[in-house]
Amino acid sequence: MDFDFYLSTIWSVLKALPLTLEIWFFGIAFGLLIATGLTWLRASGYKSGEYFTRAYVFVFRGSPLLVQLYLVYFGLSQFDFVRHSPILWPILRDPMYCTIVAMALNTAAYESEIFRGALRAVPVGQIEAAKAFGMSAFTRFRLVTLPIALRLALPAYSTEIILMTKATALASVVTIMEMMGTAQKIQHDTFRPIEVLTCAGVIYLLLNLSIARLFAWVEHRLSPHLRAPPEQGQQVKPVPEVL
Amino acid sequence: MSANVAAAARAAPSSDETPAISVKDLRKCFGDHEVLKGISLEAHKGDVISILGSSGSGKSTMLRCINLLETPDSGEVRVDGELIQMKRGRDGHQMPADIRQVERIRANLAMVFQSFNLWSHMTVLENLVAAPTHVLKRPRAECLEQAEALLKRVGIWERRNYYPPHMSGGQQQRAAIARALAMNPKVMLFDEPTSALDPELVGEVLRVMRSLAEEGRTMLVVTHEMGFARDVSSKVMFLHKGEVDSAGDPKEMFARPPTPQFKQFIANFNK
Repeated sequence: MDFDFYLSTIWSVLKALPLTLEIWFFGIAFGLLIATGLTWLRASGYKSGEYFTRAYVFVFRGSPLLVQLYLVYFGLSQFDFVRHSPILWPILRDPMYCTIVAMALNTAAYESEIFRGALRAVPVGQIEAAKAFGMSAFTRFRLVTLPIALRLALPAYSTEIILMTKATALASVVTIMEMMGTAQKIQHDTFRPIEVLTCAGVIYLLLNLSIARLFAWVEHRLSPHLRAPPEQGQQVKPVPEVL
Repeated sequence: MSANVAAAARAAPSSDETPAISVKDLRKCFGDHEVLKGISLEAHKGDVISILGSSGSGKSTMLRCINLLETPDSGEVRVDGELIQMKRGRDGHQMPADIRQVERIRANLAMVFQSFNLWSHMTVLENLVAAPTHVLKRPRAECLEQAEALLKRVGIWERRNYYPPHMSGGQQQRAAIARALAMNPKVMLFDEPTSALDPELVGEVLRVMRSLAEEGRTMLVVTHEMGFARDVSSKVMFLHKGEVDSAGDPKEMFARPPTPQFKQFIANFNK
């Protein structure tokens, strides 16, 4: 086994990790923003809001991310008004931005469904108690609905984030030299697909392992009430108030 | 007899004391089903009114109409003389005209639920502090101090840092009563507070409620606890099919049931 080749490949791919993380971070950050907006629109009670979000989810959840990415990167630039727009063009001519836009639009569809489900799963009694104690809609949301819904959403949300980590590999098809792009280049240069793709795969695995661990830790922190009760006399540490 | 006189004196319109709760001709339908067919009720300061009735008689709905957890179709609710303003919504149904007013009134009417409804992601202490700090805007330190005192009073101070799911039903309901007390409410609403409890845990909750009655709290209690209704409350109200079938002094009511329906109802309990 050619150890040196493995090491040099891992090193080269790792050097592209920051770029992968950049796409990942901005993709899920903007995705979260859009998802929040969609969830709010869906929950607002306006029929038009509901129709819009349903259509949105239908389109972005129903079609492959790769198609969406191609449409954003190759498709939108076909329109004159996009190429002449001082706002759109600087964004849409850049493959990096295009990837982030496509990822954000895509993940927002899934996340808004996760959040919608979580909001609906908050027990009615918990909200009624908040009402009965005179809390305003905003206070109710902040102290009761949101903290409970977040806890309910977390497992599905962490899965979505892991899917997004893997989706960053698609950036390689629009010329971005993130980890997958780098690995492919090495593969083309050396004709050693097994070694190169194994290295890339292992790095993705480890990345997702740490993300999963991070979410598991957050979940653990936020759910002392769902675990076995403490031993008699043992103190339970309260969770910070906001969550 | 003397009890009757006292009750009559209290209900006399000449008294210039405003009732803590006054409900007039309350009506409520769920779809085609008319649950409340014009219910009136008056509770004065210090009254402990037990509201009895078989399931489906509308007693819980009535209680929930008082703090607007259900919106009545018609009728009026006054708390401390203040009328809860209602308006007609676009769909023709009644709705609160001013949600701020409703919230302000709710803060004076603490409720204890059948299924406790303690906020499960907060410790007991946080449950007691949440509404006083965020609704009444009282300083947190003061609320914490009061919360600890209340938990000592209901006998679960050692559990102050526990999460609700880690406690027995009786402990949870006592915590819920303490949470209600932390609001310093003018009236306490109890919606079948012991119905979800194992029989051996009912006593601890009733003891707390009895002590509240003895210190002169105004309480509306929807219950199936005949002992509590007879011995602790100052008035019993029996609902039957959405109407007030009979109401009056508890000892009188239980000794000489005024209507066949009430007689039948208590006979079922004595079996």
